[in-house]
Amino acid sequence: MLPMTAAKHEQQGWSRAEMAQRAALDIPDGSYVNLGIGMPELVAQFVPEGREVIYHAENGLLGIGPDPAPEDIDPDLINAGKKAVTAIPGAAYFHHADSFSMIRGGHIDICVLGAMQISKDGDLANWSTGAPDAIPAVGGAMDLVAGVRTIFVLTRHTTKTGEPKIVDACTFPLTGQGVVDRIYTNLAVLEFVEEGLKLLELAPGVDFDFVQQHTGVRLIRGPQLSEVSP
Amino acid sequence: MIDKRMAHPADAVRDVSDGATILIGGFGEAGSPIELIHALIDHGAKHLTIVNNNTGSGQIGLAALIQNRQVSKMICSYPRTANSMVFPELYRSGQIELELVPQGTLAERIRCGGAGIPAFYTATSVGTPLQEGKELREFEGRRYVMERGLQADFALIKAKRADRHGNLLYNKTARNFSPIMCMAATTTVVQAGQIVGLGEIDPEHVVTPGIFVDRVVEVSTPAQESRLVKEGVCYP
Repeated sequence: MLPMTAAKHEQQGWSRAEMAQRAALDIPDGSYVNLGIGMPELVAQFVPEGREVIYHAENGLLGIGPDPAPEDIDPDLINAGKKAVTAIPGAAYFHHADSFSMIRGGHIDICVLGAMQISKDGDLANWSTGAPDAIPAVGGAMDLVAGVRTIFVLTRHTTKTGEPKIVDACTFPLTGQGVVDRIYTNLAVLEFVEEGLKLLELAPGVDFDFVQQHTGVRLIRGPQLSEVSP
Repeated sequence: MIDKRMAHPADAVRDVSDGATILIGGFGEAGSPIELIHALIDHGAKHLTIVNNNTGSGQIGLAALIQNRQVSKMICSYPRTANSMVFPELYRSGQIELELVPQGTLAERIRCGGAGIPAFYTATSVGTPLQEGKELREFEGRRYVMERGLQADFALIKAKRADRHGNLLYNKTARNFSPIMCMAATTTVVQAGQIVGLGEIDPEHVVTPGIFVDRVVEVSTPAQESRLVKEGVCYP
């Protein structure tokens, strides 16, 4: 079992921090990792002791450090979410074409992103609702899912209104087709395999049928639901 | 003698004509050449196409240029930012055109524009709405979309340090699009925090070689976008 306590709030399963902690367990030592804006940023806090992981900010930094103290904030040192960050000893700065060569060229090992919808084929929609009055904004999401070798999605299992986010086919505009490898939600850890979407692990107090009820895709039952399979 | 120095931002943008395409460096406020943008507002050129990752914030810098109705079209990846009101309003009322480009594709289009490469193939955006209308081709069993190199009439760039040859250094993540934008414009205009003597920038440390730069203006204490926005400053 994971060293995690049950969520304190009314949400079922893992809390946001616990979801991030669960995803962090699957990031191997020595990885170069890009974390998306929002909840994925939490993952950096939970990488297990003894592993060295380098975080990439697509605006031009390898080696994101801890958040700066207020007096150390430098408007010229920010992450992709335009938040002030620090750089670790051994960090590097580079221009955008180099940064996206790292992404497009397959040099970044893992990317952790949020999702609005994920389809049964691993399609991801996470940049636009497609609403007519929305200002479309894509940033680097399409480049990341097309170029990074392993894509982890970190998201609540359902929408705010309780609808499944894992659906037969995405209704929102796609970010990429067949790009998602693993999904970490408040209810479960799931992985795309040859035969479909496999449930690898359940959050405490959640059973397979409950996850299936809240998923728009027929799930394959993993062999060892209580064990971590890296 | 090669001397790319100019005295004032106004001199450096004096020949921007109506309808010009301009690359503007910066990712959010990091690397945004505010003083050059304000000189462009004073200059008044209209019907501009602006290439920048974002659309500015508050009512200064790029947002002010848009608000002053000098921009017909934005080519960018993320036109939504905190404190960005000017662009969304004009866009919703159909008064400004938007070409939305994935961030890495935007960077590579600019790099190719500067490197004499008219087009390239990328897997980014395949199977998404941003692929529509573009040529698809398969290589080694994977589909790629053709994207075009992007060139411009001008580039407006902020650097930390320059010399009279136009060799440049940047500051941290304020580098972002600037080195590739310097390459892709007919006329590259740089505001530098400091102009130093030749040789004072170690050739091993030059980030943008001077061949890609045409004009250098010293702006020793550049305005900080987030501070101006916080103070509610409007330009002009």
